Amino acid sequence: MKRYSDLEFLRLSKGQKFLYKLIAFFASIPRAVANFFIGIGRFFKKLGVGIATELADVVSTFAKGDWKTKLSYVVMGFGSIARGQVLRGLLFLIFELVFIFYMVTSGGYWMSMLPSLGKIGPHEEYNAILDTHYPVYGDNSFKILLYGVLTIFFIIAFIYTWRLNVKQNKIAQEYEKAGRKLKSGADDLRSLVDEQFYKTLLALPLLGIVIFTVMPIVFMILVAFTNYDGAHNGYSNQLFTWVGLENFRTMFSWDVGGVNYSATFGEVLTWTLIWAFFATFTNYFLGIFVAMMINKKGIKLKKMWRTILILTIAIPQFISLLYVSRMFSINGLVNGALQALHITSTPIDFWGTPKLARIMVIVINIWIGIPYLMLIATGILMNIPADLYESTRIDGANAWQQFSKITLPYMLFITGPYLLTSFTGNMNNFNVIYLLTGGKPTNIAASGAAGSVGYTDLLITWLFKITTGSDTKYYLASVVGIMVFVVVSVITLIVYGLLPSVKNEEDFQ
Amino acid sequence: MNETIEKRHMGLRASRALSNTIIYILLIIMSVIWLIPFVCIVLQSFRCESTWQVGYVIPQQWGFDNYVRLWQTNFPRWYLNTFIIALVVAALQTIIVLCMSYTLSRFRFRARAGLMRFMLILGMFPGMLAMIILYRVLDDLGLTGNNSLPGLILVYVASSGMGYYVSKGFFDTISKSLDEAARIDGATRAQVLTKIILPLSKPIVIYTILTGFMGPWGDFVFARYVSQLKPLGMNVAVGLQSWLATDTMTFNNYTLFCAGGVVVALPVALLFMFLQKYYVEGVTGGAVKG
Repeated sequence: MKRYSDLEFLRLSKGQKFLYKLIAFFASIPRAVANFFIGIGRFFKKLGVGIATELADVVSTFAKGDWKTKLSYVVMGFGSIARGQVLRGLLFLIFELVFIFYMVTSGGYWMSMLPSLGKIGPHEEYNAILDTHYPVYGDNSFKILLYGVLTIFFIIAFIYTWRLNVKQNKIAQEYEKAGRKLKSGADDLRSLVDEQFYKTLLALPLLGIVIFTVMPIVFMILVAFTNYDGAHNGYSNQLFTWVGLENFRTMFSWDVGGVNYSATFGEVLTWTLIWAFFATFTNYFLGIFVAMMINKKGIKLKKMWRTILILTIAIPQFISLLYVSRMFSINGLVNGALQALHITSTPIDFWGTPKLARIMVIVINIWIGIPYLMLIATGILMNIPADLYESTRIDGANAWQQFSKITLPYMLFITGPYLLTSFTGNMNNFNVIYLLTGGKPTNIAASGAAGSVGYTDLLITWLFKITTGSDTKYYLASVVGIMVFVVVSVITLIVYGLLPSVKNEEDFQ
Repeated sequence: MNETIEKRHMGLRASRALSNTIIYILLIIMSVIWLIPFVCIVLQSFRCESTWQVGYVIPQQWGFDNYVRLWQTNFPRWYLNTFIIALVVAALQTIIVLCMSYTLSRFRFRARAGLMRFMLILGMFPGMLAMIILYRVLDDLGLTGNNSLPGLILVYVASSGMGYYVSKGFFDTISKSLDEAARIDGATRAQVLTKIILPLSKPIVIYTILTGFMGPWGDFVFARYVSQLKPLGMNVAVGLQSWLATDTMTFNNYTLFCAGGVVVALPVALLFMFLQKYYVEGVTGGAVKG
């Protein structure tokens, strides 16, 4: 593709300019994709180099260290206590003792069972006295996996703390050599509300995120490599175990026991992307349009119009959406009104046919989504300098030119990142789909795949159905979840590279 | 000469009047569309002649039957559940979110950029995946079914640190020179937060409390999974949804759902309207900062 300089570009006609930009956009996609993979490569390279330097430092600290430092390699915190930093040293020591105690009492067991996820399943044993067989429960695969993951987290935390302990000794030794005073326990405590106040503030939120977000996600990623489902619940019926990439193979194969999973997946993904596109952009442009109407000079009762629209934000969605869904049902209000007014003679089945149901969810989503965009657009529109409009009006620009040359570019520039997040947010917009249609109408051709998938099902509602339906295939839900992550992250990273304004967060300060 | 200017002026005024009229018409149509469902739900909640879904709006017999019936079901218990959850979550979530966002806005420590990127990536995983395991864990702790209240609170609050974006954007706009001036006067970092920043942050604190309070009223996915539809452990969203899901010709709760919807929506919507200003500030700020 030929690249133009700025001057050459300006000389082009309107159509050529548009074409040039369009081609430039598509031409930049491969580079963005390549950057994405290069980025991943760089991350791992950085990680490897980082680990290598840490290891080198550990070895050199040991070689140069005095006996206090050397003993600290085994008895954590010894060096700190010996040098007078009792509080730090004790914390290190206690952590080590707790770790050893945990590993000996239970951690070791979980780790040893992790490769097999349990050996003895539920079975029957013979009781000679009563002369009956009675059921006995064996290992619990679910708990093994769960506590195995927790133990791995704990081991990583221990290695990190151990490394910290080594670093402490190195620094303390250098201080001693230079004759400088070491920080006391009181100093440490004081710094926790001052220089290191961030550690105090972050402790609780991060603990919550690690336990209730990171750990479950790691666990569920691992489930994708097992055969955990309703029939293998790991305890009361059958144990589950590792199956490698089997589930991914199932998801991407044409024929598994007469079911074509990859076609179902492709269909749901396509609709998810179509939905996300329309849901995002209809709301975006209509929202801006409504905001401009309300903001226009001479329009009275601005506050009242806004308040009416905001009602859909104020009222919980499960009420408004469930009610609207019922309004459009066969014996609902809309059909009642249409028949009473003699517009139709037979009721329209709004949720019955795939095309109509899909259009309906997009239209009703506009009803839910416009108010948000109106609020956001109102805030931004007010920030556009009024003299820009003034001077263009003097130059003879009409309303459409003002919109397309000033308002829209400004909005797009500022809300670029927001558009991206709202696109990915819509891909995972569970509420609207689940409350309005529940994924119906059922896709007969594809329903052989788990979770009886329907025509309006997004990946996320499909995932939900697989998880909670009659045949719970957790492993498949997990594969779908991983695919959602892959799609969302790839779109995000690529679009982020293409955005003109990747915000500089210091700008506003 | 003067006349032509006058004419043009009148033409401009006429065209502006015309466009304003069109806008008024559009706005009125929109308002009607936006209001119809809510008007209908209120009207149908007062219908006494039948409890199933019908094709007309105006009740033939008016009365409070549905509201009386509501009182005899488990609805009051669900309402209390939801109210308690919402209050506790609003309080705790606000503390967590403010800690997180203030730190990420004000401190420059080594892991900061990595931490933010990590949470961005974490947010790309569908949260629904975590549901199965969180349920099993809560089940082991005995916090499911009829006792699901503490479990729900725990899960809502624990993961709330991820939603720091909006309030971080707010803290970013407070000038750092304030902090520095206070630090020079000998204030510790903790004092800067409590004495200088917090008093300035009323809008964002109210925004965070408001969103924290409103969230639990609408959650039906996780609450449904955790409560397993046990009568004492449900919140209003799960309860009302279960009524509508089991709505058939012989066993119907349609008008009951409408009445319940009104009772839930009214206080929440009023509170929202009352604090609208803060919500708008938060939302617009959040979108601009991305």
